[in-house]
Amino acid sequence: MKSEKSIAWLLLLVVPLGFAGIWRLQHGIDAQRASISEERDEVLLRSPKLVKAMSLEYAPLLADIYWTRVVQYYGNKHLRGQANLDLLWPLLDITTALDPNLVIAYRFGAMFLSPAAPGGAGRPDLAVQLIQRGIQANPEYWRLYEDLGFVYYFDLKDYQKASAAFLEGSKKPNALVWMKIMAAKVAAEGESFETSLFLWKDIYDTSADPSVKKNALMHLQLLTVKEDCKQLDALADEYAKRHGKRPSRMSDLVQAGLVRGIPRDPLGFPYVFGEGGKAELNLDSPLLEKQLMFDRFKNVVP
Amino acid sequence: MPDPAIEIENLTKEYPFGFLHLKKRTSLEGLSMQVEMGDVFGFIGPNGAGKSTTIKLLMGLIFPTAGSARILGKPISDVEMHGDIGYLPEQPYFYDYLTAAEVLDYFARFHDLTAADRKDRVDRMLRKVGLETARKIQLRKYSKGMLQRVGLAQAILHDPKVVILDEPMSGLDPVGRREVRDIILELKKDGKTVMFSTHILSDAETLCDRVGVIVGGKLRGVGAPGTLVDMKTLGMEILFELTGTANVPLLSKATRTGDCYRLQVPEEELYAAIEQLRGAGAHILSVSQVKATLEEFFMNLVEADRAQGAAVEVSGQ
Amino acid sequence: MRRAGVVALNTFREAVRDRVLYNLVFFALLMIAASVAVGQISIGIEQTVIVSLGLSAISVIGLLISIFLGVALVSKEMDKRTLYTLLAKPVRRSEFLLGKFAGLVLTLAVNTAAMAMGLLLAMLYVKHSLERSDTVVLVAVYFILLKLALIVALALLFSCFTTPLLAILFTVGLYSAGLYVQELRNLPIEVMSPPMSAFTKWLSYLLPNFENFNVMAMAAHGRVVPGALILQNTLYAVVYCTIVLTAAAAVFSRRNLK
Ligand SMILES: Nc1ncnc2c1ncn2[C@@H]1O[C@H](COP(=O)(O)OP(=O)(O)O)[C@@H](O)[C@H]1O
Ligand SMILES: [Mg+2]
Repeated sequence: MKSEKSIAWLLLLVVPLGFAGIWRLQHGIDAQRASISEERDEVLLRSPKLVKAMSLEYAPLLADIYWTRVVQYYGNKHLRGQANLDLLWPLLDITTALDPNLVIAYRFGAMFLSPAAPGGAGRPDLAVQLIQRGIQANPEYWRLYEDLGFVYYFDLKDYQKASAAFLEGSKKPNALVWMKIMAAKVAAEGESFETSLFLWKDIYDTSADPSVKKNALMHLQLLTVKEDCKQLDALADEYAKRHGKRPSRMSDLVQAGLVRGIPRDPLGFPYVFGEGGKAELNLDSPLLEKQLMFDRFKNVVP
Repeated sequence: MPDPAIEIENLTKEYPFGFLHLKKRTSLEGLSMQVEMGDVFGFIGPNGAGKSTTIKLLMGLIFPTAGSARILGKPISDVEMHGDIGYLPEQPYFYDYLTAAEVLDYFARFHDLTAADRKDRVDRMLRKVGLETARKIQLRKYSKGMLQRVGLAQAILHDPKVVILDEPMSGLDPVGRREVRDIILELKKDGKTVMFSTHILSDAETLCDRVGVIVGGKLRGVGAPGTLVDMKTLGMEILFELTGTANVPLLSKATRTGDCYRLQVPEEELYAAIEQLRGAGAHILSVSQVKATLEEFFMNLVEADRAQGAAVEVSGQ
Repeated sequence: MRRAGVVALNTFREAVRDRVLYNLVFFALLMIAASVAVGQISIGIEQTVIVSLGLSAISVIGLLISIFLGVALVSKEMDKRTLYTLLAKPVRRSEFLLGKFAGLVLTLAVNTAAMAMGLLLAMLYVKHSLERSDTVVLVAVYFILLKLALIVALALLFSCFTTPLLAILFTVGLYSAGLYVQELRNLPIEVMSPPMSAFTKWLSYLLPNFENFNVMAMAAHGRVVPGALILQNTLYAVVYCTIVLTAAAAVFSRRNLK
């Protein structure tokens, strides 16, 4: 009994102390590994066919595992603000080869493969290829056409093809009626604020993936900012016409009765007029950083 | 008076069984007894009586539901005390990849012995149990009886003060049994205390200073083999001849061999029985006292226990 | 302690006399030899292929040994009742467990060392010379050994309170879970409800993180593993084994033998 009891006491001591130590050690190890910044082989096997052959009847399960890796891979890179998403395509490629019916993988691909950095991998060509593969495997799923149209519209700026994709999707069962309207609108006007706003809003409303949602929300906000600034610039032009000089601050517009109250961006920060007299985001607004990031990459990436 | 070698107090062991181990079976119930220093103590009872359970409890291999025990004055949970005890389990088994010499040397290493001392003891023990020719053979090739010998050797290897043997004679041929008996007597001569269990009474009757009889998990009696026998009322046996058939009620109780009959009656009814037989024309050949053996004492207990067990089962339903 | 050492040496002796072990090690060496052939057809990345395949072989064979022998350490002695005579000697159950653990870890150390030698020979054959940076392979092997020790401890713990088959399943299960701890930590925590995310976080630290010991990619590319990581991983394994072995001793010291 004696040794039995003493071991039980020892256990009470060792478990909390030990796990406290483990906790600290793990943090240390994580930090250490992060500092090496090793490029882990996220994709050990790059041939989808080989992976599929090796996975036997567990292909869909393996697809799910690969899928979680895709999400993590993107999440990690994206959080760290790294633009290099080289492995996104092989991961998606394998995932969809393992389970062709995992439609979320195609949609994810469209969303992050296609946009230019920092939003995505900047490979709209691969995105189109992926979605077309998805359509082949899931011909009745109209959302994939929406995604295809999305890529053509935003990233390839090919409004003809975007319109065709929307039109094709509108014929599928359960397709929402706006697909047809969108087809016509895009064909007629090309890129427009309303179309862009609508498409991002739809993504925002229908996606369950938090990173997709976050991304869509950011685009919605930036779109709004862009449109706001355009309108404010127009108002400033109007002000200049009336007073002979451009407004130096927003309150000038208010005093002139051109706007009611100081106009604010989606996060509630008042807009300001910049050096060139153009309406801009407030220096305090967090949106500014995102906007700059996009602009910067737009200049770097062809 | 010195401490007893083994003191057992109210030792009880229940084994859970059945679905989810919800039910309990009592294998040992409130066992209290003592084994004095220097005694050879026989622990006897039929299979399933609880002998091995008691011994495993003493060795700390299983843990009691209630009660306690001390060996050489130390509680059984004290592992250090094992240095003074030898134990032979029931149907012992050893690492079959070792030879007899290796396994003994391995066990010897747990005691504080020098290498030379170890070697010396291992050699002596192998000789003692008659295995010196087989010492280089892996134990996987050993017979049951040979394993029993190895078990005996490891039990006494370290010159323990108390030796506990669980069924030491089982699996041995008559020669082997003799040898075990000699070893036990030798241990006694050296002043060691020996407790051994057996279901074979003759072994206990001739070897033991004292015996304890256990049936159905309960101790039914402890004492010198002779005194235990006295606990049963002795009977008288009448041997007689009778030709032809006579209407004697007693005849139905007698066993017949040809014209010869053998009849056992309680002592107080002896004279009445003789009168009756005489009256029927029987020729009395001899009258003798029946010396009840431990065996019968034992059988009686077993039968009583069976009857009781049946009653319990019925009432259990 | 001395008595635990006696048990350990006997456990090692048992392994040495077990033919299955030689077959497994031989199999691993065969795989390493085969990797030389595979390496030769993969032009330009011979070393990468040989190191990854070789380390994988060492790891897999080690896993097989540590899981199956780890579970058998105690359960076999109980089943065959060899424990009866042993525990009747002046040896504590905790000492017995510690000895068993140490014995198998010693066995694994010798085995992995033999396999590592094979791997180095294969590398030498392909490259004709070894460089300083190749020592990273030895670090990787050492990490594999740490991982195996942890698995042995877990197998030992499970075998102390359940049947061998279940103990194997539990060990394999925990090992697989331990491989994905990293992924667990990378999960988008913000999606989950607060209790769920707290639970996930706790779990990710409580479960043994076997990814810590995986430096195969670094070894394959001949990159240096920092000394701090070696120290941290060693400590991690030691602390975790201590916790698990103490728990095993607590369970085992109140267990009734059959
Ligand atoms: N591990 C166990 N689990 C359940 N019951 C047991 C166990 N070991 C013994 N028993 C029961 O305890 C009783 C006593 O067994 P035991 O002590 O081995 O008898 P014996 O006197 O023949 O040595 C038996 O009825 C047996 O069925
Ligand atoms: Mg028995």
